[in-house]
Amino acid sequence: MNTATLNKKYPPMRSKKKPKKTVGQIASYCVLVLWAFISLFPVYWMLTFSLKNNAEIFGENVIGLPKYWVWENYTRAMNTGNMPQYFLNSVIVAVSTILITLLAAVMATYAMTRLQWKLSKTMHKFFMLGLTIPIHASIVPLYTTLARLKMLNSYWALIIPYSAFSLSMGILISVGFMGDIPYDLDEACFIDGCGVWGTFLRIIAPLMTPAVATVGIYTFLQCWNELMFANVFISKDALKTLPVGVQALSGQYTTDWGPIGAALSIATIPTLLVYVFLSKQIQDSFIAGAVKG
Amino acid sequence: MRRPFSYKLNIFLFLLPALILFIGVLIAPIILSGYYSLTEWNGLLTPEFIGLANYKELFTSKSINIMRALKNAMLLAALSTCIQLPFALWLALKLSKKPVGERAYLSIYFMPVLISTVVIGQLWIKIYNPDYGVLNLFLRSLGLESWTRVWLGDKTTALWAAFVPILWQYVGYHMLLMYAGIKGVPPELNEAAMIDGCTEGQVNRYIIIPYIKPILRVSVIFAVTGSLKSFDLIYVLTNGGPNHATEVPSTLMINLLFLRNRYGMGSTIAVMLIVLCFVFAIIINMIFKEEKGR
Repeated sequence: MNTATLNKKYPPMRSKKKPKKTVGQIASYCVLVLWAFISLFPVYWMLTFSLKNNAEIFGENVIGLPKYWVWENYTRAMNTGNMPQYFLNSVIVAVSTILITLLAAVMATYAMTRLQWKLSKTMHKFFMLGLTIPIHASIVPLYTTLARLKMLNSYWALIIPYSAFSLSMGILISVGFMGDIPYDLDEACFIDGCGVWGTFLRIIAPLMTPAVATVGIYTFLQCWNELMFANVFISKDALKTLPVGVQALSGQYTTDWGPIGAALSIATIPTLLVYVFLSKQIQDSFIAGAVKG
Repeated sequence: MRRPFSYKLNIFLFLLPALILFIGVLIAPIILSGYYSLTEWNGLLTPEFIGLANYKELFTSKSINIMRALKNAMLLAALSTCIQLPFALWLALKLSKKPVGERAYLSIYFMPVLISTVVIGQLWIKIYNPDYGVLNLFLRSLGLESWTRVWLGDKTTALWAAFVPILWQYVGYHMLLMYAGIKGVPPELNEAAMIDGCTEGQVNRYIIIPYIKPILRVSVIFAVTGSLKSFDLIYVLTNGGPNHATEVPSTLMINLLFLRNRYGMGSTIAVMLIVLCFVFAIIINMIFKEEKGR
């Protein structure tokens, strides 16, 4: 490379850049703060108006902290509609989905990475196809099949599809974690007389707990917030999950913002709590999904 | 020694739960969707095979007007790629320079990704509320009464108003991916460039951005295919209205399926979406490969 192109690519340092840089730094710091504010504002607003009365919400005190803390909004949100039921439904669906996804993903990962057979790589690629398949692809056949099996309006109508669509990500994450478990452990256990199943249950499964956390968190967030399937496969009010239930409630009580704010907060607070304690793991699980994607 | 690890029956048993789920819920339905897209079917009687007639109707019918929905989705994809991603990249670059409170910013920016789209949609409906919403209130307090709108109910503003929350929600997601990528750049590269007298901008331009190109590619693919598939927030905010101004392919699909019982035509839109997503993913991959070759 001659000097001309070098200079073009890496121009020599200019001496008078210091003052300009500080102004720029302050400006960019302001943008960082501003964006943090914009990111937080809707949630802050939701939490505050969930505790206000209508007079404050609609004029007296729109964005400040509530003057009178109207906890009654929360009791009303829990009593009108089926909020406790929606909440319970979401928990049942999420927990079952996590268990099924984990079991299927860890078992399949074991078969594909620890057992010796010719097509294990191909099988892995096959499962990774799932990362790119949108849920639109299966909504009609799933709906008609579930209808034929009389399984619409049941927990299974959500648990099975959610598990299947979380599976690829579960396998992707599990493969990474299982690679970190030394092969010697399997062999030692095997020499001691464990079979394939013994090795799996005694060595692999206990050592997979970090993966269990990551897969579990990711799956939880996916099914806690999912709307399209939940909206289509469930029409019975008693079986609705939080997103669908909250959507229905908001449609019914359009002028009573306080209780709606409380209902929205009830749906959001569990996620926020999990996030406060596990922000690093949550972020890692999202990164893990994209790097391969 | 390793032979017992290859007993075929065991391999099969370990794979069985995953295979049942995966084939039953993803693979078989895709094939079925492909078949249904070639039929006229109301969900009750047996599907009647009609060849490509659905596809022909889809692209010519004025009442379905798929082109408007596709145009809206493409506009969202363009906004996402040209505004959301560069902004996310800028945030990631700034945060990777370790400002005070780096972790806090990162966690705050990412938070909207985790909140249910229904909650976010309902909150933005209230922000946009013409009488009591924060947006109009803010404009009024600035004395800009004439700028206030019925944001989601006005045909001219509804589309933009519906896109803002979508773009807002996922800035943090792309920022996080890019930030993780930037953290993976070997520090020696940055230091060497700094010693050679590069400014921060030059380091970003010539070292970091080329290094994280694989992640940028993933982000662009997610942004474009995500826009094509977008459903949740549009459904909550406008459900395609007012007067179909904010229709996207997914809302069209759901309405055809469950309001008009047109399972064949619904499948046709689903198949079109899958094909479009794959085609765009391939095109974006090719663009990024070409850049590499140069």
